[in-house]
Amino acid sequence: MSLPHLADRAGRYRAMRLIRSFEELALEWVRSGLIVGGTHPYIGQEAVAVGVCAALTADDQLTSTHRGHGHVLAKGADPGRLLAELAGRVDGLNRGRGGSMHAADFSLGILGANGIVGAGAPIAVGAAWAAQRQGRPRVVASFFGDGALNQGVLLEALNLASIWRAPVLFVCENNGYATTLPAGAAVGGSACGRAEAFGIPAETVDGMDVEAVRAAAQRLAERARAGGGPGFLECLTYRFEAHHTMERRFRLSYRTPQEVAAWRERDPLVSAAAALPPAEVASIDADVSQLLSLAAEFALASAEPDPATADDHLYASGLRPRSGAAL
Amino acid sequence: MTLLSYAKAMNRALADALAADPAVCVFGEDVGAGLAGLTLGLQQRFGAERVVDTPLSEQAFTSAGIGAALAGMRPVIELQIPSLLFLVFEQLANQAHKFSLMTGGQARVPLTVVVPGSGSRSGWAGQHSDHPYALFAHVGIKTLVPATPTDAYGLLSSAIADDDPVVLFAPAGALGVREDVTVPLAPVPLGVARTHRPGTDVTVLSVGHLVYQALAVAEELADEVSVEVLDPRTLYPLDRAALLASLGRTGRLVVLDDSNRFAGFAAEALAIAGEEGRLLAPPRRVTRPDGAVLPFALGLDRALQPDAAQLRDAIRAVMK
Ligand SMILES: Cc1ncc(C[n+]2csc(CCOP(=O)(O)OP(=O)(O)O)c2C)c(N)n1
Ligand SMILES: [Mg+2]
Repeated sequence: MSLPHLADRAGRYRAMRLIRSFEELALEWVRSGLIVGGTHPYIGQEAVAVGVCAALTADDQLTSTHRGHGHVLAKGADPGRLLAELAGRVDGLNRGRGGSMHAADFSLGILGANGIVGAGAPIAVGAAWAAQRQGRPRVVASFFGDGALNQGVLLEALNLASIWRAPVLFVCENNGYATTLPAGAAVGGSACGRAEAFGIPAETVDGMDVEAVRAAAQRLAERARAGGGPGFLECLTYRFEAHHTMERRFRLSYRTPQEVAAWRERDPLVSAAAALPPAEVASIDADVSQLLSLAAEFALASAEPDPATADDHLYASGLRPRSGAAL
Repeated sequence: MTLLSYAKAMNRALADALAADPAVCVFGEDVGAGLAGLTLGLQQRFGAERVVDTPLSEQAFTSAGIGAALAGMRPVIELQIPSLLFLVFEQLANQAHKFSLMTGGQARVPLTVVVPGSGSRSGWAGQHSDHPYALFAHVGIKTLVPATPTDAYGLLSSAIADDDPVVLFAPAGALGVREDVTVPLAPVPLGVARTHRPGTDVTVLSVGHLVYQALAVAEELADEVSVEVLDPRTLYPLDRAALLASLGRTGRLVVLDDSNRFAGFAAEALAIAGEEGRLLAPPRRVTRPDGAVLPFALGLDRALQPDAAQLRDAIRAVMK
């Protein structure tokens, strides 16, 4: 089972190319000031989002992270609406109310990026528990980084998922660092060891290889879908860019240029492209570039929200809060 | 005559909600056994799949409630201790409350959190005696403090039916109250205050179990002063219109509030009265002290909570 747009290698390469080019465009927009507040670039980790989403169906759901653009695009969100969201426009996925760290598209099962490390995992467990109760064959994928492994609530969530046999696919994107802190210095034991301690089958895969990620995700997702309980997938990957766009200004030295270069040698897009005929790759690249031009046009044409609507949607029930102005 | 206890009223509200809507479910510790009374008998009646005994993982099961709410359920979370609200402040203030706005209206989180036995329980000391309702009202989460059994039934019913997160405090000081129920139990709308006793000289705005203290003092001083006892029932959104209408009749205000004084609920009520009302005398409040930590010894525990003598003094002060 798979999302139709990720059903074959060409589709998966296309999605990875879309994420890469989208993120490059977002970097430009941060530099030019069209995106305020910056972003956490997903560049380098594309094979994880795409490989995992290739194991999901349209009805499946996911929770994402501060570094969420890749997950949101891989699940099928419209790049124009995501870009509009990053630029704070009314036609953004969240009507300009969420921005990069909260991008969501509930119609596609994207329960949101999340600004708090580890926060998505227990939400995914609850959504999966509800799916079980409602008798839906749904899997909820929960993405998080190596940094989240040290959030207490994540360990609570693993336990809940285990005792409830909740259909959750926990995806740890181990990119080696939580901001500047190396995972090796921060994680006692291992990622998979933690999952296994709760009785959750865990696998480590090469997160730079979209086919390896997809195969492992498929195994664990189908097992969860069939009622076998949660699975845990650690994807070894690397972010090629800064932790956050602001980091560029600081000239930090927590990673050596050699280390970054060595991982860039393993660019997941290059290996995915190598499995396809060069002409097909070229045509996909041209296609994506065209798609992103249209996305940029769409986002730029979208209006900025009216400040008078800043409180809209605060309450689902329509309650209007008092204004902060003097009476 | 049927005497309905506060605890039984809450239990009945939850049972009726579970019976009426398959989306309603309960997460909490010892809810199967019904330790806190709220869920007594409900797991037997509705099953362990709907009344779910959770491990001691408040943060995860509160967030799981959020996830289930996002997936169409209407979870009720029971917390055994008011101070556990501090543990799940992230989940409520930073996640549940923010989803609707941050998603541009895509998501709703119909989650109800109930604390059966909030405030002092006598002898439970510092970490089990808080009454942090003002904190949730400040955040903008719908915050309820029913005082009577019928209001406990009615407000819990409305909370569960509401599309936003709601925190309901059931004060330990009110759990034992019994009421002669003469009309059918029914939902009570959020944001609507209740006048327990009409009066013309002073409005005593009193929260939760303190309503009974206000009524007792009003009766005691009846020959001296006509006290109107107003119960907000919902602290947020507050029924400002009812408060201002009462002040229009009395022109004087005393707030009786079991939360901490600084930036507490009473502070907000005084601000509203000052900004929007016309007062004949400076308003007064009777509250816990700033930053209160209730000590263990019963005399010390009581010494930090609003008492009848303080209320009498405050009423006389605004009447001067
Ligand atoms: C609970 C929490 N603590 C701290 C932060 C600040 N912060 C944002 S991202 C981040 C690092 C996260 O590392 P990791 O989970 O490995 O994800 P990555 O950034 O590598 O994708 C930190 C410390 C936060 N958002 N949430
Ligand atoms: Mg990391």
